[in-house]
Amino acid sequence: MEHFALWLSAFLTLGILSFLYKDNPWYKLSEAVFVGISAGFWFVTLFWDNLVGKFWDGWQDEPMLWVGAVLGFLMLLRLVPRIGWISRWPLAFIVGATSGLWLMNYLASNIMVQVQATIQSLLSTSYASGYDAGWGAMINSLVIVVGTFTGLVYFYFSKEHKGAFGGAARVGIFFIMITFGASFGYTVMSRMSLLIGRIDFLLGDWLGLIN
Amino acid sequence: MPNVGVLVPLVAIFGGLIWLLVRAIRGREVERRVIFMFIFVAVATPILFPITFQEHATPVVKNLFDRIENLPSGSTILMSFDFDPAMAPEVQPMANALSRHCLAREHKIVFMCLWATGQSLLNTTLEYVIRPDFPHLVDGVDFVNVGYKAGNEGVLNVIVSDFKKMFPTDVNGVPLDGVEIFDKVGSCKDFDLILTVGGGRPGPKEWVLFVGDPADVPIGAGVAAVVAPQLYPYYPRQVIGILGGIKGAAEYESELVKTHPRFENMEKPGLRMMGPQTLAHVVILAFIVIGNIAFFRGRRGKKTE
Repeated sequence: MEHFALWLSAFLTLGILSFLYKDNPWYKLSEAVFVGISAGFWFVTLFWDNLVGKFWDGWQDEPMLWVGAVLGFLMLLRLVPRIGWISRWPLAFIVGATSGLWLMNYLASNIMVQVQATIQSLLSTSYASGYDAGWGAMINSLVIVVGTFTGLVYFYFSKEHKGAFGGAARVGIFFIMITFGASFGYTVMSRMSLLIGRIDFLLGDWLGLIN
Repeated sequence: MPNVGVLVPLVAIFGGLIWLLVRAIRGREVERRVIFMFIFVAVATPILFPITFQEHATPVVKNLFDRIENLPSGSTILMSFDFDPAMAPEVQPMANALSRHCLAREHKIVFMCLWATGQSLLNTTLEYVIRPDFPHLVDGVDFVNVGYKAGNEGVLNVIVSDFKKMFPTDVNGVPLDGVEIFDKVGSCKDFDLILTVGGGRPGPKEWVLFVGDPADVPIGAGVAAVVAPQLYPYYPRQVIGILGGIKGAAEYESELVKTHPRFENMEKPGLRMMGPQTLAHVVILAFIVIGNIAFFRGRRGKKTE
């Protein structure tokens, strides 16, 4: 059975990689198997974890779960065109609840603490090791302040980007470009890791060429 | 004697790149499949004939390592496996190294998942890393696996104030009230450190927003490289250390072996993958240079016409 699974994995991996040559039925089959298995996996997982694990096993102790169950059922009415509009109610609930859940945490962590982390003393940048008055730490602080300020200036479009304001915006675009470059570099590394993982599987687990 | 297995493909790659450079200078286009072939050879060669590099932990990795190293033995750590098989090649090595380090320092670990797919990958770590390396440790005493719960941020919002409300039992159905680790753990506030390994949503960002900041618990993260730049703004105030991509995993493995020589012979996938990473990056950089030469040459050709 293990051998079968190994060969099947290799067959599907090669099928997906075959797209690099050109689109073909082998690739289409592998893609369809992936999509189908993913959908099946999530259906079964959510059925047992949410419907059975949370609702069915818990509604006696927590009657409030019926509210969620009814809203979930109303969402399915989308499948009946004549009364499909009812599905907007649970959708509104989800949007409202998610906004409520995220708003305070987002405001506290992504705005307040981030602003606090930007406006810091030049002499106390290293939270891990206490006060640090080294040149490196000071330059780091200045880069953060200048990068944040000029980045914000670049996205301020109510004033024409001319003179000193335009110069600041120009510096901002350099910071933004460096950020994009760093993101792209990390993305390449991430995708390469996935490729390495698959080639490692093909050469090692499947073909047994690695000690 | 130099390794012939490495030398031959390297000569082929660099010879091929020079050939492509000459073609680019002459204004000839390169078939995209040729590029794929170069990348394949650049990745496969160091896998077949390993090339390893010396890695040194950068401050962002070292901070997390030092925090785990300096916590008193017996500290309680929560580790969440929030990833899927697609992310596993770069994230699982981090999870393995972090687990080894925590258990070597005799910390107690509570394993959990916010991703359904994380459960089977957590089992892989338990089966192939923890049980063989730490056969004397007892499930339920030294570590406990509470498994997966659906609900994403909703789960975090509950466990930040009451852990057992969301996880009344471990993954085998044993009530957590009888599990020793939970004698002093009521909520996430009671953990000495939270480690989140993943890269998607929910992931490290949600842990910071819903648990780390509200409960004032230190958070360390191991993330897929693609999301690492989004996490750096949280360092060092909201996330004490980040392992970004396979490079972060390699740095952590290197630091672990240096500090704990007993792991000298452990499998080090992070360090092993840095060989293919480096060679593939060199090839990509070469193609960027060749592509730019071809672009500027083509533009000059059009201008002269």
